[in-house]
Amino acid sequence: MRKALGTAGLGLAAALLAVSPAPAQQGPIKIGEINSYTAIAGFTVPYRNGWTLAVEEINAGGGVLGRKLEVVSRDDGGKPEDAVRIAGELVGDQKVALLAGTFLSNIGLAVADYATQNKVLFVAAEPLTDAIVWQKGSHYVFRLRPSTYMQAAMLAEEAAKLPAKRWATIAPNYEYGTSFVANFKKLLSARRPDVQWVGEQWPALGKLDAGPTVEALIEAKPEAIFNAEFGGDLIKLVREGTTRGLFTGRTVVSALSGEPEYLDPLKDEAPSGWIVTGYPWYAIDTPEHKRFLAAYQNRFHDYPRLGSVVGYSTFKAIAAAIAKAGSTDTQKMIAAMDGLPVETPFGGIVFRAIDHQSTMGAWVGKIAVKDGKGVMVDFHYDDGKNYQPTDADVAALRPAK
Amino acid sequence: MDFVVIQLLNGLASASSLFLVACGLSIIFGVTRIVNFAHGSFYMLGAYIAYSLVELLPRTPLGFWGGVALAALAVGAIGGAVEIALLKRIYRAPELFQLLATFGVVLVVADLALKIWGAEELLAPRPPGLRGAVMILGRAFPQYDLLLIAVGPVVLAALWLLFHRTRWGALVRAATQDRDMVAALGVNQGRLFTGVFFLGSLLAGLGGALQLPREAANLQMDLSTIAEAFVITVVGGMGSIAGAYVAALLVAVLQAFGIVVFPKITLVLIFLVMAVVLAFRPYGLFGRAAAEPRAAGAEAQPLGAGDGRAWRWVVPGLALLAVLPPLAGGYAVSVVTEIVILALFAASLHFMMGPGGMPSFGHAAFFGLGAYGAALAARDVGAPMLLGLAVAPVAAALLALACGWFCVRLSGVYLAMLTLAVAQIVWSVAFQWTGITGGDNGILGVWPADWARGKTVFYLLTLLLCGGSLWLLRRIVFAPFGAALRGGRDAPRRAEASGIDLTAVRWTGFVIAALFAGLAGGLFAYSKGSVFPTYIAISRSIDALLMVLLGGIGTLAGPPVGAVVFVGLQEEISRYTDLWRLLLGLVIITLVVAFPEGIAGFAARWRRRAEGAT
Amino acid sequence: MSLLAVDGIAKAYGGVEAVAGVSFALAEGEFVALIGPNGAGKTTCFNMLGGQIRPDRGTVRFEGHDITGASPRRIARLGVARTFQITQSFASMSVRENVQLALIAHHRRVFSFLPRAAALYRPEATALLERVGMADQAERQCGILAYGDLKRVELALALAQAPRLLLMDEPTAGMAAQERLTLMALAAGLARAQDISLLFTEHDMDVVFAHADRIIVLDRGRILAEGPPAAVRADRRVREVYLGSGAMFAA
Repeated sequence: MRKALGTAGLGLAAALLAVSPAPAQQGPIKIGEINSYTAIAGFTVPYRNGWTLAVEEINAGGGVLGRKLEVVSRDDGGKPEDAVRIAGELVGDQKVALLAGTFLSNIGLAVADYATQNKVLFVAAEPLTDAIVWQKGSHYVFRLRPSTYMQAAMLAEEAAKLPAKRWATIAPNYEYGTSFVANFKKLLSARRPDVQWVGEQWPALGKLDAGPTVEALIEAKPEAIFNAEFGGDLIKLVREGTTRGLFTGRTVVSALSGEPEYLDPLKDEAPSGWIVTGYPWYAIDTPEHKRFLAAYQNRFHDYPRLGSVVGYSTFKAIAAAIAKAGSTDTQKMIAAMDGLPVETPFGGIVFRAIDHQSTMGAWVGKIAVKDGKGVMVDFHYDDGKNYQPTDADVAALRPAK
Repeated sequence: MDFVVIQLLNGLASASSLFLVACGLSIIFGVTRIVNFAHGSFYMLGAYIAYSLVELLPRTPLGFWGGVALAALAVGAIGGAVEIALLKRIYRAPELFQLLATFGVVLVVADLALKIWGAEELLAPRPPGLRGAVMILGRAFPQYDLLLIAVGPVVLAALWLLFHRTRWGALVRAATQDRDMVAALGVNQGRLFTGVFFLGSLLAGLGGALQLPREAANLQMDLSTIAEAFVITVVGGMGSIAGAYVAALLVAVLQAFGIVVFPKITLVLIFLVMAVVLAFRPYGLFGRAAAEPRAAGAEAQPLGAGDGRAWRWVVPGLALLAVLPPLAGGYAVSVVTEIVILALFAASLHFMMGPGGMPSFGHAAFFGLGAYGAALAARDVGAPMLLGLAVAPVAAALLALACGWFCVRLSGVYLAMLTLAVAQIVWSVAFQWTGITGGDNGILGVWPADWARGKTVFYLLTLLLCGGSLWLLRRIVFAPFGAALRGGRDAPRRAEASGIDLTAVRWTGFVIAALFAGLAGGLFAYSKGSVFPTYIAISRSIDALLMVLLGGIGTLAGPPVGAVVFVGLQEEISRYTDLWRLLLGLVIITLVVAFPEGIAGFAARWRRRAEGAT
Repeated sequence: MSLLAVDGIAKAYGGVEAVAGVSFALAEGEFVALIGPNGAGKTTCFNMLGGQIRPDRGTVRFEGHDITGASPRRIARLGVARTFQITQSFASMSVRENVQLALIAHHRRVFSFLPRAAALYRPEATALLERVGMADQAERQCGILAYGDLKRVELALALAQAPRLLLMDEPTAGMAAQERLTLMALAAGLARAQDISLLFTEHDMDVVFAHADRIIVLDRGRILAEGPPAAVRADRRVREVYLGSGAMFAA
């Protein structure tokens, strides 16, 4: 094995030549971007289109502070430990001014911890976990997308209007699912003390055994169901549940299911009447969204998904922060992001100084089937700023500085 | 009562799905002894190809079923082609080496499927006439599930007829029992293997295609299927078709009722079943002990003398390692730190696989437990880093002590699968015990002590600990204990007859391997600043396996070389292209064909030949 | 007192008794051959003595110790060594390392983690190899040896245990006629010299009659006849069992 080390040494020496640092560059402002492009391609590819469009628009307008933006993008393969290594490469080697991106909550948290340790700004785009701005909140970390708490609050508000008293839940068996269900239960019970929780199902992510799971939900005899399944599991649940009559006479309140990423694959089998959060890109009439939609379709010859809006808005926010800071100094950028207003396709949002969460909201509506595919109808936009705990609660949740 | 009946029917339908994937894998393993990781990929291809055909063909029963049949045939042809083009070249390589090639196929297929079919889930229409439900005891039950319930036994019966009523089938059965005997009978073994691969892949494709009405075709099908297929195959007894069906039934029915009582058991149930079955029936429900291993030890390569010559390489190598990375800059240091840690991880696996003859598909259990041990010690006890690094190997060794007794009584793939079950159980504990482990969000803030906070210092510490561990492992391999371990692998009956307590030796070897894996895990935790359940996930165990096989199982230089090549390749390629899986897969396949003894194994042979010539 | 006392051992597979109550004894220094047609139960009998198979009933005693169903290693440590019908050696190691490992096991030094095995008991290993005539091949890997040489190595492995009793299961199977006689003469000579008792099964009657003090004939799991070679040779029942292969007795 000593021999082994010798051999390994030669290999390493060769590898080192390849990874030795590039000389620091004047010129473009480099932004490090990490996401699960291979592991969760369905969401992250439209997301990449979104930020590509934003960066192209910004650079076409002369860039920021007279410099162009350059994104150094990496795939984390869905593994937090690889994301940490990549963060090291982007910061240490590529000398990026800040980090952005991530989809999975655990990867978001890992990169956030790295950023805090190494005193780098990290703008988390998509991870939904509450912890990233609250329990594990950090001076260096901001998050764009509405969290599980915020979306659960929006859905609980709708759910409270229903007559249903017996509720069952189904969500994937990991932190996203458990915290969605916990938040929804807490918030709905607060509004409706008469609600009973009569059953829960926790299929493993990607492994929903639809028949037995649906039957177990039916057996619990709920009047309404809260769902946080998405992707392939959602499709199985919908098809099997519809065939077996799980949804007959029951209202379903469902997180994320109105996002085109998850709604479109269902085609004409989209479950009518579900109350969902999502993104009805085809029917949002605001001028800022129309402009975004036209630009996106012109650039990619495809319609945007929610990920596209997230990617687009994240990089618009970054550009706004750098412009306001007047430099790429980390502390100055952080100071600029506190309370930073950003124009997004969903309208104006603000990054809250108290917990670094943006006030981006979500569209809440009902699913209907039109022309052979699922759409959201009767929807409205819930502004994220209205779905937060009190400032005192937030301050208590965040670690002391 | 009606609920029980319905859940039973649900279990039967799911059992058919599981059986269809597993039976092809079982047939392929039974005859060729190849652990075919690409089986899940063939299943996924079956679903995607069937989707395309069903969309293309008219919406009639003939269109749907024709699409399913054509998809199965197409996947069978792909499997046969892979066997001819790739696996045929490496049948002579050491056991499990073919696994490396099939893993290359997995990577290639994953990216090709993404390119061809896109990232979105593809939901096919259900077959005409089977879209609705029938009422059973007042409950709606999908018509298609009724059909599926019948498909399992029908395929089982068809396979039974094929194997018991045709000459080809008789040959396959004979080959399952004794490969060499069939060769001795003058049967064209090459064509038999191709045929078996065609049949096995066809069944995988059929399984994927028949799943379409229940599930959208998606890119996660390959990996999420393969683990389950292996479990079913092993629980049933490898090579036993009827066993696979019984195992599928057992797992599916337990799952159907288990989720009613313990909804959160979904993560781990299938692995619990496997652990229990293997603890009581070491060869699965219907499996038989393999005949006396043919030409035992013939594939075990001599290790060399273990004399001092290696120093010529090591001293300059170590000096280079200590000096070069710090000169190259921060990121280079962290990459090399990771490589050095993973080299130790791979070496610890090699210790049990190579000299010990005990393959493991779950070595990450010990790596992960070491990492969690260190992280928990740091977070909950406030242990300083060095104490945390001491806790890591101890935690891993304790687990190995507990489960080793069950594992070391098994051999070959059964042993490997029991370790996988252990790893999955540990993984699910880390994943689900949120209060202690933080669940999938992991434990953050496991940073090194202040004096080791600098990347270079931590790197040198890592180099010292890993280098020292590699040296120790090498000493042990050439010590009396290591000789006994190797002896037990070469000729277990001889070793026992010579008075060696083989169970104790293997058990101790298992614990030693875990100990060093745990240390690697502890170092990894501090180098990343965090631990996650992914440290225990199947993919990490597989990574270690790939490093060992890529480097070469017959030589102690293998694991470090494998770690450098594998981590280096993955890291470099993924920086330049999103198609890194495709590229990495092709590189692995090329390396496998070029170096069937692993890279270091090839180098060692080349050197021996060169020395012999002078 | 006899060195080995076997009393009524039996083993059945799926209702068929491979060995159906066999009893015999072996005195110190005695050479006994266990013969019989194929399927008579010789190897099963042997594996019950060596601990590879646990008898369904009956007892085996060695030097007064009850070793019925004991593990092979306990039996080995009490002083019983054996060779296998299909040779078992440590194929990845050199001839010398094979013997060194056997010596390490004999001296109970298996759980020793740091010394180099190759440096332990080297002279003893060389001496043993000289005795079996394999010293000149000490550095060769066992996996590439000729079959006859492997048999010699296995003999050295057995002798490394300094046994009181040596069990040899068809020691000359698969060898040419002349080689058989040479190997058996070697084994017998070494055993006599060290006062080791010998129990062996064998098909080659030349070998049997050349070396056995006493012969036990097994047929269908039972002892058919037992006695000195001349008596067994003359036994009618034995002749019947061996009908068709009577040529063996011509010698």
